[in-house]
Amino acid sequence: MSVTIPAPRSQRIDPKYKRGPKSRGSFEMLAWLFMRLSGVALIVLIFGHLISNLIVGDGINAISFGFVAGKWADPIWQFWDLAMLWLAMLHGTNGVRTIINDYAEKHSTRAWLKGILYVATIFIVVLGTLVIFTFDPCVAGSTLPQC
Amino acid sequence: MSKTSSGTLYRGHEGMWSWVGHRVTGVVIFLYLLVHVLDTALVRVDANAYNAVISTYQTPWMALGETGLVAAILFHAFNGLRLILVDFWKQGTKYQRQMLWGVMILWVVVFAGFAIRHLSLAFGGH
Ligand code: HEM
Repeated sequence: MSVTIPAPRSQRIDPKYKRGPKSRGSFEMLAWLFMRLSGVALIVLIFGHLISNLIVGDGINAISFGFVAGKWADPIWQFWDLAMLWLAMLHGTNGVRTIINDYAEKHSTRAWLKGILYVATIFIVVLGTLVIFTFDPCVAGSTLPQC
Repeated sequence: MSKTSSGTLYRGHEGMWSWVGHRVTGVVIFLYLLVHVLDTALVRVDANAYNAVISTYQTPWMALGETGLVAAILFHAFNGLRLILVDFWKQGTKYQRQMLWGVMILWVVVFAGFAIRHLSLAFGGH
């Protein structure tokens, strides 16, 4: 007796789950990997940030313009904050992109929400990067002794 | 949403709630990060303006908010490590439930330490 076994259908995606016209190659897999790699790095970066700003010394009470100037006089903290800014923003943006894809079912709604997200991300990343690299300890209002 | 909710291993159990928690904390942290980069950008504009904004972060009410934010970060961080182990460690899926307990215990311990330190600083003690 012969039995006919249907061909595997694992490649078939029910059209109701198709939300974009085109395939994106390996982009989604790289995004998945990035979430995990940046997550591990962010644990170190964020825990170090919280310990140095909120736990040691006088914690939150010590934070002021002079405190920031002191930290960014050290290139290690500049690099630390830059890495944290970029990784947290890309990780958070990719996470919110996933959430928009999950809940916004209309194509135009999804496109709008992601457009707003990407504009906000670019603005914040560029602004934060400029602030770290162009920091001026003698900016208006500064009372640091060297000014 | 599907109405056939009974009889699944996932829905309504720890796995689902840890996913909800991970998602909500992720969004909350992201929104705070947007604001936090903007307030820090004031160091490039005027030292007094920056100090004025930071002094609001030093009030007791804001300190409670910061404590809540750190609670969210700690859960997201520890549960994120659990997710990574579920994906990359051979035994990960088998022990995901036990690892969630590990996440909760670690979270309570580290959060308690942080909250005591931060709130006693912000409320004027030592
Ligand atoms: C502290 C270290 C962190 C770790 C270990 C971590 C880990 C993770 C992991 C493993 C995922 C799952 C990604 C996936 O399902 O493919 C994730 C999702 C997410 N993370 Fe993080 N993360 C961290 C910090 C952050 C920060 C700082 C933000 C915000 C700026 C953030 C926002 C998000 C968002 C919005 C999601 C998407 C949640 C979802 O799709 O349900 N995470 N995180």
